[in-house]
Amino acid sequence: MASILVVGEVTADGGLARISTEVATLARTLAGQAGADVGGIVVAADPTAAATELAGFLPAVTAIADPSGADHVAPQRVASAALESARAADHVLVGASPDGRDVAGILSALLGRGVLVNAVGVDWDDGPVVEMSAFGGKLITRSRFTGGSGIVTVRPNVVSAEPASAPGIVTHGSTNGGANLPPVTVLDRVAEASAAAPIEEARIIVAGGRGVGSADGFRLVEELAEALGGAVGASRAAVDSGWIPYSQQIGQTGKIVKPRLYLALGISGAIQHKVGMQTAETIVAVNRDPDAPIAEFADLVVVGDLFTVGPAILAELRSRSG
Amino acid sequence: MLRIVVLIKPVPDPASAAERLTPDWRLDRTAAPPVINGNDEYVLEAALKLIEAHGGEITTLTMAGHGATDVTRKALAMGATRGVIVTDDALPGSDAVSTARVLAAALRELDYDLVFAGIDTSDGLGGVVHAAIATVLGLPYCSYAARIEPNLEARTVRVRRISPVGYDVLEAPMPALIAGTQALGEPRYPSLKGIMAARSKEVVTRSLADLGLADGSVGGGVSTTQVIDSRQPPARAATRVVRGAPDEAAREVVAFLAERRLI
Repeated sequence: MASILVVGEVTADGGLARISTEVATLARTLAGQAGADVGGIVVAADPTAAATELAGFLPAVTAIADPSGADHVAPQRVASAALESARAADHVLVGASPDGRDVAGILSALLGRGVLVNAVGVDWDDGPVVEMSAFGGKLITRSRFTGGSGIVTVRPNVVSAEPASAPGIVTHGSTNGGANLPPVTVLDRVAEASAAAPIEEARIIVAGGRGVGSADGFRLVEELAEALGGAVGASRAAVDSGWIPYSQQIGQTGKIVKPRLYLALGISGAIQHKVGMQTAETIVAVNRDPDAPIAEFADLVVVGDLFTVGPAILAELRSRSG
Repeated sequence: MLRIVVLIKPVPDPASAAERLTPDWRLDRTAAPPVINGNDEYVLEAALKLIEAHGGEITTLTMAGHGATDVTRKALAMGATRGVIVTDDALPGSDAVSTARVLAAALRELDYDLVFAGIDTSDGLGGVVHAAIATVLGLPYCSYAARIEPNLEARTVRVRRISPVGYDVLEAPMPALIAGTQALGEPRYPSLKGIMAARSKEVVTRSLADLGLADGSVGGGVSTTQVIDSRQPPARAATRVVRGAPDEAAREVVAFLAERRLI
């Protein structure tokens, strides 16, 4: 019988990353289609909480306590501890997050297995059939593994997380038999004031560009994001100007996002930005220039000054909720 | 004295919007002009700054057919010391496993303290090959670097790795492989002097036979993945354009969001 393994990702506070609940839901669905076994693995300093959460989505989860004592377990140690479970499974699914990509690359080298990256959809036909978005969303390709095994990295917001009808079983494993990868020490974990949920996972993003004009101008972007229950994003121009940290940058050399709503303020929509956000379900833009490229692919464009339209939207939202 | 190898990939210029696949589902390298992958330019710039501060040399390493010479020349014009190009008729269509093995074999022939790679590429976007290379070579590996600080006496390197909540400070012994991001800083433009100097810099070309990998174990022929088909994404509906007074426009926006159940 085929088998699928989900490598869970743990957040800074020891909980399960949201991406892992989505990946687990996807893996369970695929296992149902394939008549395959499915399980998960969590490696952390104290894996119990995250493993229990993951077992809400999967029938069996192995929890491995990392003995290094670090509160953030480096992807090398996660991949190493998960190696034997991954070898025993035909297919491994991980989130296409920074840690997930690292785990996928390391397992690929250790197992000699292929990787299909950034899945935006996965079906089963005698193995996973993986949809990927190419060239910034201009093309969707479907790929599969040539052998009987492989590793898939899955983008956030591809499926909605749905818990299993009954929680699964957590068993505690050990790191014995893992790969001996060279050490990387985590000296410090620094939280920055602007820290928020990973922008790739946000369902609503309000993003500002050159038109926002200043760091102060981003107050309006933040207020709108707050009113909509979303995250703050930015174009490269805004990041390069130092108005907002690089972690919020969307586009070619930043993050690729697929929220339900993308509200773009003062963003022209040049190709470098477009490739990061054009698969958003709904795109609304506010821009003074009716000929800005974003007007060609947004669902709704307001031609106007973001500093008058933005506060008016805020007021309208507040009057609805109030 | 610091020896850095920078991995550089030629990609179809994303700004051209002319990227396409060939009929056998490979990236059509001739469809758009090749440029240095954006994230590779950031790590090259970081390497150049480190060499300026500590002394040393930079070797670029590129595995590609089309475009390899163009991007190597540009990197040399920006200030890299020499270039190595791995090219072979068996390589097109290589998957992540093969690519990592070939680049690892090429790195085994070089002396280095640090290997830099861009965090991902604008054509493949996978971001998994550098972790695989480090694993094949048994190198310590740090990704998502926003700052890279080697300590030559202690033979260690400190890296700020961007995390979901801020950043982690990592430390690894050298040699190490580091995958970096745009947060490392804006790349320089080649100067006229740099462009002239690049013409006389050494560029070495290696084949799979040179690397001892001509046994059919790597390349497009043994890919672990294959494309089945492709399609255009569904076209977006026509754009609705709203003009008028801010209050009216705002009401229309909010009604639109409510209609789509976004609020």
